[in-house]
Amino acid sequence: MSNTKKSLVLATAVASAVAGLATTAHAADEKCYGVSLAGENDCAAGPGTSCAGTSSVDYQGNAWSLVPEGTCTTMELPAMADGKERMGSLEALERDIPA
Amino acid sequence: MKVNQEAFQAGLFDPAAPAPTGLQNPDGAPATKRFDVYRNNVAVSLSDALEAAFPVIRKLVGDQFFRAMAGVYLRKHQPTSPLMMFYGEKMPQFLRRFPPAQSLPYLPDIAKLELAMRRAYHAADATAVDPQALAALAPDALLASRLRLAPPVQVLTSDYPIHGIYRANTTNDAPKPVMQPEAVLITRPGFDPQIHLIDRSTATCVTALMDNTPLGETLTDDRLDLGATLSLLLGQSAITEIH
Amino acid sequence: MFDVSRDAPLPPLPGVGYKPQHYADIIKNPDPVGWLEIHAENYMGDGGRPIAQLRHLAERFPISVHGVGLSIGSEGDLDPDHLARLKHLVDWLNPASFSEHLAWSTHDSHFLNDLLPLPYTETTLAQVASHITQVQDTLGRQMLLENPSSYLAFAESTLSETEFLREIAARTGCGLLLDVNNVFVSATNLKTSPQAYIDAFPLEAVGELHLGGHDEDEDETGAPLLIDSHGKAIVDPVWSLLDYTLERSGPKPLLIEWDNDVPDWATLAKEATRAATALTKVAA
Repeated sequence: MSNTKKSLVLATAVASAVAGLATTAHAADEKCYGVSLAGENDCAAGPGTSCAGTSSVDYQGNAWSLVPEGTCTTMELPAMADGKERMGSLEALERDIPA
Repeated sequence: MKVNQEAFQAGLFDPAAPAPTGLQNPDGAPATKRFDVYRNNVAVSLSDALEAAFPVIRKLVGDQFFRAMAGVYLRKHQPTSPLMMFYGEKMPQFLRRFPPAQSLPYLPDIAKLELAMRRAYHAADATAVDPQALAALAPDALLASRLRLAPPVQVLTSDYPIHGIYRANTTNDAPKPVMQPEAVLITRPGFDPQIHLIDRSTATCVTALMDNTPLGETLTDDRLDLGATLSLLLGQSAITEIH
Repeated sequence: MFDVSRDAPLPPLPGVGYKPQHYADIIKNPDPVGWLEIHAENYMGDGGRPIAQLRHLAERFPISVHGVGLSIGSEGDLDPDHLARLKHLVDWLNPASFSEHLAWSTHDSHFLNDLLPLPYTETTLAQVASHITQVQDTLGRQMLLENPSSYLAFAESTLSETEFLREIAARTGCGLLLDVNNVFVSATNLKTSPQAYIDAFPLEAVGELHLGGHDEDEDETGAPLLIDSHGKAIVDPVWSLLDYTLERSGPKPLLIEWDNDVPDWATLAKEATRAATALTKVAA
């Protein structure tokens, strides 16, 4: 593309972009209202003594038996991109999960 | 009898080990369940932080799977900063290699998207340029001008329909995602990050602009609708400087 | 309505731990809340809504910055990056108060997101005092140090917690933050007297009081094990211990902490009203 043509394309693009803006302007008031998006620090203790920190069976060694069961099951997206079928439940998980 | 912080920390992440010797109940007996209070606090608070960070991943895999996976993640990747708002940075890599999640190959890219949305939420504020400033430039100046984009602005490309999957899990009545590669632009015109489906040409163009490429040099792709791209950026208060 | 001049101390009124979901209610009608406490780490991002809200609130209320991640009780050095982030926040906000915990949470560059306990010995006394001096020198202001909730004891401890805190305040010139619920939780868990703890506490150094709810559990012997969960209303015995404390300390800035299962504003304001009543009783 020549510089002249580029100039023309650019000028047209900018003109159309700026012209289209009047309707897309957004209200800026009350912007402070709204809740936080993600995790926060606090100084409270978790509840009780008998949940996540003290059970080992669910996430260590070869006892993993969970499969994803959320909305992924209804999305009808193909499984592995390389054509492999869904692996489903893993009988055993390697002791040291590489990451 | 002395319990240093090394031993205390090691005990926290090994639920099978006895509490470190030297920690006591009020009657002088070795602490057992009382040490579990700390074990539990650490695991629960870090799992909660991951839940807050990855609501879409959680929805996709279900609560039970997510909590169990969080238990593995937090033992593998303890936070390296006290800022819980950024915990979970290694989730994409983790998911890519986590055997029970292999059936959902798009999860790592969704995790990347959720991390990007969170970065956008906490990114620095910047004042957008007046769109007229761009319109006022002479053609030659326009060709050579470089745009600085606002700190929250990010582009993500994926082999999977990340926009469709994200929308389907965050908005009511969103259409079912269709299996196709997708790219998204993240902006933050006010305080809430916005996610926009963009085509590959736009993704390439915006990425080039972020790399300080002059506007004229982004016109390499006939499929690029630069007017629409600039309109999107200007409308989202995403351009903060023209130079 | 309130003295928000930047160099004023926290007023001896009820305050609450700020939660973003209460923003609109607080702006509309904060009564009887006279000041707000924020967790420092939640305002260490670069910008966006959290910082904007804080700027806005700071124009209307005295703000107390309460750190939860500095790890003052670490055996090792304080994290210089985190201390720098804290200095940045305190510099631009110029809050009425800054406080942190007698606890550690970072070891070997790993942050554990919990307030972990330390033994009370001459060694840890020197470490904590040195860290507090470093923080106060860096921030250019006095800080308050908070007593922890304890679930167990260290065999190696040679000092009581009150002796430890008294000595820290004497060596560093820091003030103390007395968490009345933590006193109740620790005393129950360690089978000591909460009143005796208050009697031994250097109340003259106290710049702020905390109150919060706790969970009830049992250890393996059936002994009560209270957990500092900040997830429910404050129980009557803790309100009584507050009265006992206020009779000896006089009115102090008094914070209601509610971090888990955060209630609506009306419920939180009700706790603050009860705190205001307790303060009025000793205001004389």
